Amino acid sequence: MTAFAAIVSRDVRLAFRAGGGSLQGALFFAIAALIFALAIGADIAILSRLAAPILWACALLSTLVSLERIFQADAEDGSLDVIVETADPLEVAFLAKAAAHWLTASLPLIVAAPVIGVLLNLPAERFAPLIVSLLVGTPALSLIGALGAALTLSLKRAGVLVTILVAPLYAPALIFGVAASGGPDAPMAASALLFLGAATMFSLIIATLAGAAAIRMNMN
Amino acid sequence: MAFITDYANPEKFERLARPLTPVLASLAAALAALGLYFALFNSPADYQQGESVRIMYVHVPAAWMALFCYTAMAAASAAGFIWKHPLADVAAKTTAPIGAVFTALALITGSLWGKPMWGTWWAWDARLTSVLILFFLYLGYIAIWEAIEDKTRAAKIAAIVAIVGFVNVPIIRFSVDWWNSLHQPASVIRADGPSIHSSMLTPLLLMGAAYMAAYAAMLLVSMRTELAARRLARLERLQSERVSGVRAE
Repeated sequence: MTAFAAIVSRDVRLAFRAGGGSLQGALFFAIAALIFALAIGADIAILSRLAAPILWACALLSTLVSLERIFQADAEDGSLDVIVETADPLEVAFLAKAAAHWLTASLPLIVAAPVIGVLLNLPAERFAPLIVSLLVGTPALSLIGALGAALTLSLKRAGVLVTILVAPLYAPALIFGVAASGGPDAPMAASALLFLGAATMFSLIIATLAGAAAIRMNMN
Repeated sequence: MAFITDYANPEKFERLARPLTPVLASLAAALAALGLYFALFNSPADYQQGESVRIMYVHVPAAWMALFCYTAMAAASAAGFIWKHPLADVAAKTTAPIGAVFTALALITGSLWGKPMWGTWWAWDARLTSVLILFFLYLGYIAIWEAIEDKTRAAKIAAIVAIVGFVNVPIIRFSVDWWNSLHQPASVIRADGPSIHSSMLTPLLLMGAAYMAAYAAMLLVSMRTELAARRLARLERLQSERVSGVRAE
């Protein structure tokens, strides 16, 4: 538990201090939403209907671009060696890295989501379901993403490869997340939220086991 | 078990695979010829779909093989990961491109069938969508093999990718089914009948067997090629060491 807390607090401090670039994630999120709005057009009715799906797609995209840094910097400066040596079991360290990623990459954009929601004319009654669905679903994105980062940590430029590996596995979280946030037509939101929770729980098990194995394979 | 460990030796595998390759290839050709005869000349046109039902005989076995190859790839990856069987990694690696081609074939023939049936080349139908995601999973697996230079490490990392993908396939399938039931466009006519008549089942099963034999033949050829390529790389390294007198890393 102490190892878990130590890794999380270290990563969070590194991300929020000078040069950590954690707020860049939220900025990317906002710019991605702007791109969607420019591509779709200024029609308020269409944007308002698509606001929740757009915000989910933007959350997914900004998670994808932030994955590379989870293990790469630590692998380069040798701190990952120390983590592998000292964290017992390694699964705890992987979970801590994924949790730190969620706190530094996903939480800022969940905070930013209502503001972007206003810009996209998200209907008032959709704000709460959107935030809840992001809170339940983004941990799955961080966990599977951290697995992708662990698989490619020995590579120099892994950004595109991580996206190719991880994006197909994001399909369930995206589908249930959009549906739980109300989707374009808001049917079946309650069961979608339960399935989204199940997808997050499942990722917790699979990604942690596979991610720790991937770090072991890459470090020796 | 003794059989499996025996053929961990590439030389022994080569002795078995070399004569087996033409046998399997001719079996595939014979089965395909017979199956295509039944499919094109000796089976009825569908009362609803007309002659275009015949696309099914090349399409459905391709979709079966898409799933079968992914399962085989994951099983071989697990065997390589757990028992460190040297040929299992080779089998998993060489299955991937074959499986990806079967998947592409299923997508293309499905699209050709969709044009006359649905009036569109592509519908975001649950099956089409989940096969498309499967195709991307194959490409990701191939990409990770390409990206990692050290082949022993690449084998282990790719094995994790294959196993994680395999575990997720049913979940992706379920979520896509669920998504499709929300957004199913009304224009799409679901044409699949209640059950299949034996006059259609015979060519379908024959074609399935032909695809399977073709997969086995192609797998043996590409495994032998991969083993030969690795042997060549090893010999070239030894050669350059002897010339330069320096032991390469």
